[in-house]
Amino acid sequence: MSLTLVQQKKRKITYSYLGLVPFLVFFLFPLYWMLITAFKPDSEITSLKGIPFIIHSVPTLDHFKFILFKTRFIQWFWNSFQIAIVVTIITMIVSILGAYAISRLRFLGSRYFGVGIFCTYLVPPALLFIPFYKVVGILGLINTKWCLLFLYPTLTVPFCTWILIGYFTAIPRALDEAAFVDGATYIQMLTRVFLPVAAPGLIASTLFAFTVSWAQFLYPLAYIYRDEEKVLTNGIYTTLIRGDVYHWGELMGGALLASVPVVVLFAFLMDYYIAGLTRGTIK
Amino acid sequence: MSKVSLENVCKNFGNVEAVSCFYLDVEDKEFLVLLGPSGCGKSTTLRMIAGLEELTEGNIYIGDKLVNDMPPRDRDIAMVFQDYALYPHMTVYHNMAFGLKLRKFPRTEIEQRVKEAADILGIQDLLERKPRELSGGQRQRVAVGRAIVRKPAVFLFDEPLSNLDAKLRGQMRAELSKLHDQLKTTIIYVTHDQVEAMTMGTKIVIMNEGIIHQVGSPMEIYDYPVNKFVGGFIGSPGMNFLSAKIVSEKSRLYVDTGGFQLLIPSKKNSFLESKTDQEVILGIRPEHIQDAVFTDETSITDSFKAVVEVVETLGAEVQLNVVSGEHDLIARVDPRTKAARHQEIELAVNMEKIHIFETEPPNERVKTEE
Ligand SMILES: Nc1ncnc2c1ncn2[C@@H]1O[C@H](COP(=O)(O)OP(=O)(O)OP(=O)(O)O)[C@@H](O)[C@H]1O
Ligand SMILES: [Mg+2]
Repeated sequence: MSLTLVQQKKRKITYSYLGLVPFLVFFLFPLYWMLITAFKPDSEITSLKGIPFIIHSVPTLDHFKFILFKTRFIQWFWNSFQIAIVVTIITMIVSILGAYAISRLRFLGSRYFGVGIFCTYLVPPALLFIPFYKVVGILGLINTKWCLLFLYPTLTVPFCTWILIGYFTAIPRALDEAAFVDGATYIQMLTRVFLPVAAPGLIASTLFAFTVSWAQFLYPLAYIYRDEEKVLTNGIYTTLIRGDVYHWGELMGGALLASVPVVVLFAFLMDYYIAGLTRGTIK
Repeated sequence: MSKVSLENVCKNFGNVEAVSCFYLDVEDKEFLVLLGPSGCGKSTTLRMIAGLEELTEGNIYIGDKLVNDMPPRDRDIAMVFQDYALYPHMTVYHNMAFGLKLRKFPRTEIEQRVKEAADILGIQDLLERKPRELSGGQRQRVAVGRAIVRKPAVFLFDEPLSNLDAKLRGQMRAELSKLHDQLKTTIIYVTHDQVEAMTMGTKIVIMNEGIIHQVGSPMEIYDYPVNKFVGGFIGSPGMNFLSAKIVSEKSRLYVDTGGFQLLIPSKKNSFLESKTDQEVILGIRPEHIQDAVFTDETSITDSFKAVVEVVETLGAEVQLNVVSGEHDLIARVDPRTKAARHQEIELAVNMEKIHIFETEPPNERVKTEE
C-alpha cells in the first residue's frame, strides 16, 4: 500500500485535527455549561432529575431580564469598558516606549532591565493588594473605579513590555536607521515606520492588556464597594451571590454577556494579527 | 561642496577597538571605496559618517560643517543598507517618497523626483508594489532610488551588492558607476569585494583590523601596495608570496628563493643593495608570470622551471598552478601555452613588476623605484 504525497498530507492533517478534539472539549465545555445554564429556568437548574447537559424545558430569558433591569449590570458594563479602554491606552503608550528603549538603546544596565521588568510581573496581585490599599487611600481613590487606572497597569505594563521587547528586537535595526537617515525624528520613525511594522506585536499586547483589565477580579473586589462604582467582575459576584445562595442562572447570564466584548475584540483583531504575521519581512 | 573629512576618528565598543584613529579626506564628487575583509571596521566607519554611531574620538566634517553631534537627518546624506531595509508596509513609491514627505516637499515635486529616479533605475513599473513582491535586484534598485530622490550631498553604500548573484552584481556595478557620472555627487562605498572596489572606485581605502593600510587610486594600489597585506588583498587570484633572499654575484643582484634565482633589473639595484644577504618576501602577481615561449618582448624578464599541477582554461587566458621546489605558485599565462599536467615548463617573470616585502610585520614593501 503506497500513498501519494497528497494523500499522506491529507492524513497528517486529519490526525492533527483528531488530536485537537480532547482540547476542544476541555476548553469549550465550561462555555457550553455557562450557555445552557443561562437559559435554563431556575426549577431545572436546581432539579436533580434528567440529564444536566441539555435544556429539557422551554429556554427562558428571565435571567437576562433580571440582570439587565433589576441590577446595575449596564452601569458596571460601562465602567468596565471605560477602565479597560483607558488602561489599554496607558499600557500601550508606556510599554511601547519602554520596549523600544530596552530593545534599541544602549544605556547603563539596559541588558538586565528587560528581565527586571518581567520579574515585577511575577509578583502576585494577592501579595500587593494590601500595600496598594494604602497607596490608593493616600490618592483618595478608595471606592471609586478610577483607582483601577493606577492598579491595572502594574499587571499589564510589565507583561506587554516584555511581549513587545520580543517583537521589537526581531525588527532589523537597519529599518529604524533607514528612517533616521531619511530624515525622521524619533516620533516620526516610531509612528510611521517602526510601529506599523510591529503591528502583530502591538495587537497581541493590546489584546492582553484589554483582557486582563476586563477580567481582573481581586482589585475591584478589595477596593470598591459602592454599587455604582463597581465593574462587571465584582458587581456580578457581590450582587448575585448572597451568602451561600448562588443565583446560578443570573450569574451565568451575566458572565455570558460579559464575555461578549472580548470575543468581539478577538474576532476583529485576529484577522489583522494573522495578516501581520504573513506580511513580507525585510529582505 | 560635499567634501567629507575625518580627523583623527576612532571607535571603541567597550574594550574592543573597532576602528583605530585615522585621518581621511573624501574629495567632492569622489567615488571612495572602503575595502577590507569582514570585521575590519568598514561599516563602523560608514555608520560614523552617517551619524548612526557615536565617535569615541575625533571630528567629522561634511562640507564645512562639523557634524559630530548632528543627528543623521540633518547631515544631508543618504544611505543604502546591506539588506536594503526597505519599509515593508509601504509601496515602492512611498518607500522612495518617504524622505521627501518628511521634509515637506510639495506633492508635485515629490512625484516628479520619484518618477525621475524610477526612470534612471528602470523601476517605473514597480512603483505600486510592496517590497515583498520584488526580486533581490529590484529591491536593490528601490533602495538606491530611495537614496537618490533626496539628492543628498553624500551617498553612503554598505555592501549593497552582496546579496545579489554574480551576474546581477556585474550589471549593477556598471550601473552604479554610470549613476555616479550622472549624479556627480560624493559616494562612499563599503565592500569586501576587491573587484567592486577596482571597477567603481576613484579612490580606494584599504582597511584591516581597524587600521587603514593604504589610500590611493585603484592602479596605485595595484602597482604599489604599501605592504604584503595590501598586495595579497588586491588582485585575483592573489599575489604569490615566496620567502627569499637578496644575493649579490659579480655586482649583480639576484633574488634567491632557494629553488631558483631571478636576476633583478639593474635599475632597481640602488634600492636593494642595502638588503643584500637579507631575508625578504618576494611578491609576484600571477599575471606577471608568463609561459616563457610567449613572453612579451618589451619587458625585462627572467625565467625559472616548474612542474605544472593544474591547468585551468579560462578562455582568454590559462591559469596554471605550478610547483617549483618548495614553492607553490599560480600563473596566468597566454592561452596558446602547451602546458600540461605533471610536465615541466619554463616560466618567465616580469621582473619590473615584482615586489619585495620585509619579513617583519607589518611587512612593508621595499621601495624599488622612484
Ligand atoms: N555594536 C557593536 N558592539 C560591539 N562590537 C561591535 C559592534 N559593531 C561592530 N563591532 C565590532 O567592530 C568590528 C568592526 O565591525 P564592522 O561591522 O565595522 O565590520 P565590517 O568591516 O563592516 O565587516 P563586514 O564586512 O563583515 O560587514 C568587528 O570586530 C565587530 O565585531
Ligand atoms: Mg559591514
